[in-house]
Amino acid sequence: MSMFRNFSKEILWVLGAFLAIVFVGLFVDHPWPKDFLTSLFAFGLLAMSLNLLIGFAGMVSFGHAAYFAMGGYCFGLLLQSTSFTGSLGPYSVPLAIILAVFGTGVYAAAVGAICARLNEIYFAFLTLAFQMFLYSVILSWVDLTGGDQGLMGGIPRPLFLGIDLSQALDRYVFCAGLFCLCILFLRIIDKSAFGQSLRMIRDNQERAEFLGVRTYRIKVICFTIAGMIASVGGIILALFTSGAYPEWAFWAQSGEAIFMIMLGGSTVFVGPILGAVLLRLINDVVQMYTSHNELVTGIVILLVVLGLRRGILDFVIDKIKDRREAKFLADLEAKKEDQ
Amino acid sequence: MIEFEALANCASSGACIVNQVTSGLIIGMLLFLVASGLTLIFGVLNIINFAHGSFYMMGAYVAFTAYALTGNYFIAAIFGAIGAGLLGVFFERFIISRVYGQNVLLQLLVCYAFILIMDDVVKLVWGAEYLAMGIPDEFRLAPIRLFGGFIPPLYIFLIITAVVIGFGAMLLIAKTRFGSIVRAIAENPSMVGALGIRVPLYLALLFAIGCALAGVAGALAAPVRSLTPGMGLGILVESFIVTVIGGMGSIPGAFFAALILGLTRAVGSIGFPLFVDGAMFMMMALVLIFKPTGLLGGGGVKR
Repeated sequence: MSMFRNFSKEILWVLGAFLAIVFVGLFVDHPWPKDFLTSLFAFGLLAMSLNLLIGFAGMVSFGHAAYFAMGGYCFGLLLQSTSFTGSLGPYSVPLAIILAVFGTGVYAAAVGAICARLNEIYFAFLTLAFQMFLYSVILSWVDLTGGDQGLMGGIPRPLFLGIDLSQALDRYVFCAGLFCLCILFLRIIDKSAFGQSLRMIRDNQERAEFLGVRTYRIKVICFTIAGMIASVGGIILALFTSGAYPEWAFWAQSGEAIFMIMLGGSTVFVGPILGAVLLRLINDVVQMYTSHNELVTGIVILLVVLGLRRGILDFVIDKIKDRREAKFLADLEAKKEDQ
Repeated sequence: MIEFEALANCASSGACIVNQVTSGLIIGMLLFLVASGLTLIFGVLNIINFAHGSFYMMGAYVAFTAYALTGNYFIAAIFGAIGAGLLGVFFERFIISRVYGQNVLLQLLVCYAFILIMDDVVKLVWGAEYLAMGIPDEFRLAPIRLFGGFIPPLYIFLIITAVVIGFGAMLLIAKTRFGSIVRAIAENPSMVGALGIRVPLYLALLFAIGCALAGVAGALAAPVRSLTPGMGLGILVESFIVTVIGGMGSIPGAFFAALILGLTRAVGSIGFPLFVDGAMFMMMALVLIFKPTGLLGGGGVKR
C-alpha cells in the first residue's frame, strides 16, 4: 500500500479530474462537449504515450499511431467475432480490452527490440516504416480488416457489470475512466525511478550506461508501455466511432500526434493534452472555413516550430524561469548596494 | 501464401520472365534515383529529408504540365528536375536550414508541415483526381522483341537514364571540385568556411541536386504511374528501405538494394501478392539486425 501513500497527491488529482469530467457528462445536455472530450481522451492518450518516448526517453518515434490503430482494430475484431462474444458473454468487453492492449504490447515489443538500438534519425524513420507496413497490411488484408472501408457493421458491446456501452453516458464515463487510469499510470512512471532512468537516457545515454543502467532493455520496455497506452486510445476511439479505420494507421496520424506534443510542450507533463485540445480546436475551426485544412495546419506548424521553437507550456515555463532569475539578480544587486 | 504454381508458370514462359524482369528493373531504377538523392543529402548534412517524397511528386506534376505545354517528353523531364531542384533550394534556405543541428523532433515537424502544404498545393493547382500522362509521342514505337517477350522502348530509356543519372551524381560527388568541397563540408563545415568557401551556398546546391534527383525520378515515372497528391509517401518509405539495405550514404549500395527490391516486387506481384510489402520490410529488418550499417554502408547507425 506504500504506492498509494507515495502517490496520494497524484491519485487525488486524477480522481478530481475524473469527477469533473463525469460532472460535465451528467449536467451538460448538449452532445458536443461529450463528443469532443471522448475524442480528446483517445488522441490525448496517443499524444501522452508518445511523449513518454519523446519527452521522457528522447526516442523520437514517427510511427506511434500504428499501436493506436492496432489497439482499435484488435478490440473491434475480437468483439465482432461471434465465437468470442458467444463464449465469454458479459466478460467479453473487458477481456477484449485486455487482449487488445497486450496483443499490441507484444507487437510493440518486437518493433522496439529492432529499433531501440538505432540512433535518433534511423529510429524515427524505421518506426515510420513499420507503421506504413501495418497500414499496408490493413489495406490489403480485406477479408479481415475490410480494407480501406475500415471495420464495418459496428462493434457489438455486450452488457457487463451493469455498464451498457451502447448508451452515450455509460460510454462517456467508461472512456473517461480508462483515460484517467492511463494518465495516472503515466504520472506514476513520471515520478518513479523508471522515469528517472528514462530522463537519464535522454540526457546522456553513455553516462547512464557507465552507471549500470541497462539502456537497451529500458528503452524497449518504454517503447512497449507507450505502445500499450496508445492502444487504449485506439480502443476508446473504436468504442466511440463503433468501428476502426485505416486512417488511424496512416503516417499523418503520427505526425499529428508529434505536433500535439510540440504544440503543448514536451517538458511539461500535461503539455501533450493541451496540444491535443488546441490542435482539435484548430482543426474544427479551419474545417468550418476551408476544405484545405492541411495547408493551414502545415503553415501553423511551421510558424510554431520556426517561431516559438518549443511548446506553449515550455515557453511559459521558460518565461517564468527567466523572470525569477532576473528577480534574483536584481535582489542580489540591491543587497550589494545596501552593503 | 506463396503461389508456386503461378511462379512456375511464369518461369516456364520467356515472355513472362522478360516482362517481370523489365518491370522489376523500372521499379528498382526509379527507386535508385530517389534513394540516391536521399542518401546524398544524408551523407553531407546528416539529416534525413522526410519531405523527399514531395519533390518526387512535384517533379512528376511539373513534368505533366510541361509535357502538356510543349509535347516534348525530354524537355518535360528536364523541367521536372529543375522544378524540384528550385523547390529544394527554397525548402533548404527558408525551412530546413533553420533546424540544422537541432532536435530531430523539429526537423521531423518541419518536414511533416512541408508535406502537408505541398499535398494541398498540388490539390489546389492540379486537382485531387488521378492524372495520367500516357506514353509520350517520342516513344510510340514498336516494342522490341526479346526471348519471346516484348519490351517497349520507353522502358529501356527509363532504365538506362535512371542508371546514368544516378551514377552521374555519384561521380559528381566523388570526382569533381564541387564534390570534394561538399565532402569537406561534411567533415568540418567551419574549417571549410574559414577557407573562404561559402558553405550555405554549397549546402543549398547539394540539397537542390538531391531534390532534383527525386524530381527527375518523378518526371521519368510520370508516363508509367498515375499522379495523385500524396504519391510521394509510398516512394519515400521504399527509398528509405533501399538506403537502409544498401547502407546510408552509399550510392552503389542504393543501386544494389534498389535492384533487389525492384525484382522482389516484380516476382512478388505474381508469387506472393499480399506479402510483397511484408517481404521488403523483412529484408530491411534482417539487414538491421545482422548488419545495421547496410550492405555497403559506413558507420554511424547506432546511437
